[in-house]
Amino acid sequence: MTPTKPLPQPDAESREFWEGVKARQLRLQRCRACRRFRFYPRAVCPHCLSGEFEWVVTAGKGTVYSYTVCYRPAGEAFAADVPYIVALVDLAEGVRLMSNLIGCPPDEAEVGMPVEVVFEDASPDITLYKFRPAAP
Amino acid sequence: MGVAESDLGKVPHKTAIQLAAEASRGALEDAGLKKSDVDGLFAFGFGRMGAVQFGEYLQIQPRYSDSSMMGGSTPVAFVEHAAAAISAGLCSVALVAYGSTQASDAARRFSGHPEDPRLPNSQYERPFGLPLPLGAYALAATRHMGVYGTTSEQLAEIAVATRQWAQLNPVAMMREPITIEDVLNSRLIASPLHLLDCCLVTDGGGAVVLTPLERARDLKKAPVVVLGTAETHTHQIISQMPDLTVTGAALTGPRAFAMAGLAPSDVDVAEIYDSFTITVLLTLEDLGFCKKGEGGAFVSGQRTAPGGEFPLNTQGGGLSYCHPGVFGIFTLIEGARQLRGECGARQVEDAEVALCHGTGGVLSSSGTAILGRI
Repeated sequence: MTPTKPLPQPDAESREFWEGVKARQLRLQRCRACRRFRFYPRAVCPHCLSGEFEWVVTAGKGTVYSYTVCYRPAGEAFAADVPYIVALVDLAEGVRLMSNLIGCPPDEAEVGMPVEVVFEDASPDITLYKFRPAAP
Repeated sequence: MGVAESDLGKVPHKTAIQLAAEASRGALEDAGLKKSDVDGLFAFGFGRMGAVQFGEYLQIQPRYSDSSMMGGSTPVAFVEHAAAAISAGLCSVALVAYGSTQASDAARRFSGHPEDPRLPNSQYERPFGLPLPLGAYALAATRHMGVYGTTSEQLAEIAVATRQWAQLNPVAMMREPITIEDVLNSRLIASPLHLLDCCLVTDGGGAVVLTPLERARDLKKAPVVVLGTAETHTHQIISQMPDLTVTGAALTGPRAFAMAGLAPSDVDVAEIYDSFTITVLLTLEDLGFCKKGEGGAFVSGQRTAPGGEFPLNTQGGGLSYCHPGVFGIFTLIEGARQLRGECGARQVEDAEVALCHGTGGVLSSSGTAILGRI
């Protein structure tokens, strides 16, 4: 039996984020005091320590900050996917997150390339956000 | 400073704490001190209470205890903690010990260690399948190549030079010579890193003993002096690293040099944690041996090999000597031995200043210790 891929287990600080992803929205927290976006979600602003924040739905657009083509999988659960691309994406809102770059042959991936979010259901409860080359 | 390593390689008939204990025995013998002299204990990795567990095993009841865990840089950070504790009069003989049987345990699975599914790593990274820790370093390498034009050939220079040093070390694991082509032709694991860009996975342990200089002067070997130290950390998971081309060494290097009253040009031998070739390249830049972005040129032409201008990782490093995790301890051991002139065929002539640097996690934590002789 193939082991199942690890999935996030939302907690008190991240539930609203993951609910957003399930609704096909990439939501970020923005601090009400210093107005800065942050990722990953947390109850306390890492810039000014304020506990006041709002959720903002992003456009889901950004650029590839870096990437790696994985030829050796992160465990058996990913073995059927190799080679696959793990990327760090800088969102236009100014935060960085990890994801997969999909719909892009490994030799066409580039630092700085524009990408846009797509959503993939991973289980009945969890949807994941991934990125593909942005439509020109 | 007394130093020793345990048996290295694959040691399935021994336990991790045993390797740490055997290395501790060696380091105390090396220093000319007894177990009963030890009153400060610095250890982690044996269950949830590292130094507490280790104290029980050796029946040491310390006055000062530290089980900090910040990954592979921890032993170098422990030198700073121990020096501070000794300076404050809180202990007088500090034992820093590490042991691991990760090769025999086959613990280094790319799926990572089982973790609390609510941790940031579990929620925001693991679902995307990054093989750890390798993949995080690959992301840093891609970024450095994208921004500065660094090449796989330049990274390979580090692996080749390090292997040359290993050939001069009888206890190094990997001693067959390799070429840049060998590195480039080895399997891509996570682009742009090849198999030979990656450190070994071995068992092993190491220990370091520190004591005040006035006491060290009366011991059996010439003292090795801690001239400057610094530690920091910048993130825990790679997606939170502020800039993947700049490690915490950019902070610890200048601070340690300032404390020592020295500059990078004063360093005779450098022992820099080489979990991957890119780790070394970034660290060399951040410590100030060259400018940011010029690491590739700095290591080109085998400048860090035996006989080169910049002796680096003279025992063969984590790439070729051993790597039981937490290689920081071995940077200290080799640094001290170089300063004492004990290194035989790989001895750097007239080494007076050694820089030891550990990197932990996924470029997460940094510790620098500058050592000298009197």
